[in-house]
Amino acid sequence: MGQYIELRQDNFKEVTQNGISLVDFWAPWCGPCRMLAPVIDELAEEFAGRANICKVNTDEEEALGAEFGIRSIPTILFMKNGEIVDQIIGATTKAVLSDKLNALL
Amino acid sequence: MIDLAIIGGGPAGLSAGLYATRGGVKNVVLYEKGMPGGQITGSSEIENYPGVSEIKSGIDFMEPWQTQCFRFGLKHAMSEVIRIEKHSNIFHIIHNQGKGEEIQEAKSVIIATGGRPKKSNIKGEQEFWGRGVSTCATCDAFFYKKREVAVLGGGDTALEEAIYLTKFASKVHLIHRRDGFRAAPITVEHAKQNEQINFLTPYIVTEICGDSSGVNSLMIKNLDTNKEEKLEVPVIFEFVGYDVNNQMLLQKDGSYLCDVNEYGSALVNLKMHTSVEGLFAAGDIRVDAPKQVVCAAGDGAQAALEVIAYLEQKH
Repeated sequence: MGQYIELRQDNFKEVTQNGISLVDFWAPWCGPCRMLAPVIDELAEEFAGRANICKVNTDEEEALGAEFGIRSIPTILFMKNGEIVDQIIGATTKAVLSDKLNALL
Repeated sequence: MIDLAIIGGGPAGLSAGLYATRGGVKNVVLYEKGMPGGQITGSSEIENYPGVSEIKSGIDFMEPWQTQCFRFGLKHAMSEVIRIEKHSNIFHIIHNQGKGEEIQEAKSVIIATGGRPKKSNIKGEQEFWGRGVSTCATCDAFFYKKREVAVLGGGDTALEEAIYLTKFASKVHLIHRRDGFRAAPITVEHAKQNEQINFLTPYIVTEICGDSSGVNSLMIKNLDTNKEEKLEVPVIFEFVGYDVNNQMLLQKDGSYLCDVNEYGSALVNLKMHTSVEGLFAAGDIRVDAPKQVVCAAGDGAQAALEVIAYLEQKH
């Protein structure tokens, strides 16, 4: 319960096509991404059942990064029924992320 | 009420937490909006911390600090501090952990919020931020494999990260407004020996250009000849200094909680006392900070020792 969803090429569409999704593009060698990691964990807990809290490891999913034009990480996409509605580039706070999610819900 | 609030979880904040809790202070909370580690976690390598002879990435280097500094009871509040106020001899830590503003009372405070990379304010920087303008080589080098990239700046960080980028990029154009460099001579020498680095000095960037997919070129100007030219690169990594994170010191009336200098750095004495009793500053936030991990750690320890003395005398 309350775990983030690991997105890959084969499940990205299926997971994000319905409802509200937060997608965090990250990589293990990225300091600001690591800083954000516990925030994503908490959001997954708090928004369980209401929004899909997801992560994409760009180191392993290079094609997904390219598909979404990711050129800097962390990049956080907010999606509604598969469409990108907002994005944040760079580490941010839990307050900012949860406010954006709540606004979409 | 807590005994000590530490604001910021880089080397200064973590060291302060270690010294305070190990020194017997009971209720110590470290406010850091995510995982602690600080600015150094964005560095490709650190090789000048005494006692650590192997060269490590900033992330790997900070890993054991977490375990060690939390061993003696330091608590982590994953919350952003908005403002610190003082009411008689009690501090109010106004913070937000995602559920609106909350107030935590504290007997003493160490501010160790460090800095953030300064922006260049070059035309196009804002528009292409994160789409070909970056301040973190370890984060974004991966997206420019086998491409030519540009680096702006002439300090240690600029040259170190230019060298790091040669592991990914086919060529690194190092743009600096002067022929001389502020970086340590050994670092400049390393960069000059690297055939993949093309020195463009004395040059400035006049515009960052691109299209809907991001940056595709820079307009650069030779300051000797005043001639402008186009440099076709998909990214510029900017390392042009730091701004201090002092926004939480700003009071509702626009003044700062303690005395700061013209750059916003907190004025402290050699014991890390600010102009406000019970408020201490450590690391890159303080005046004349050398911006070195070892110095920040020393500041943190010093500030914590002063907190212990302060709490014994005043509370």
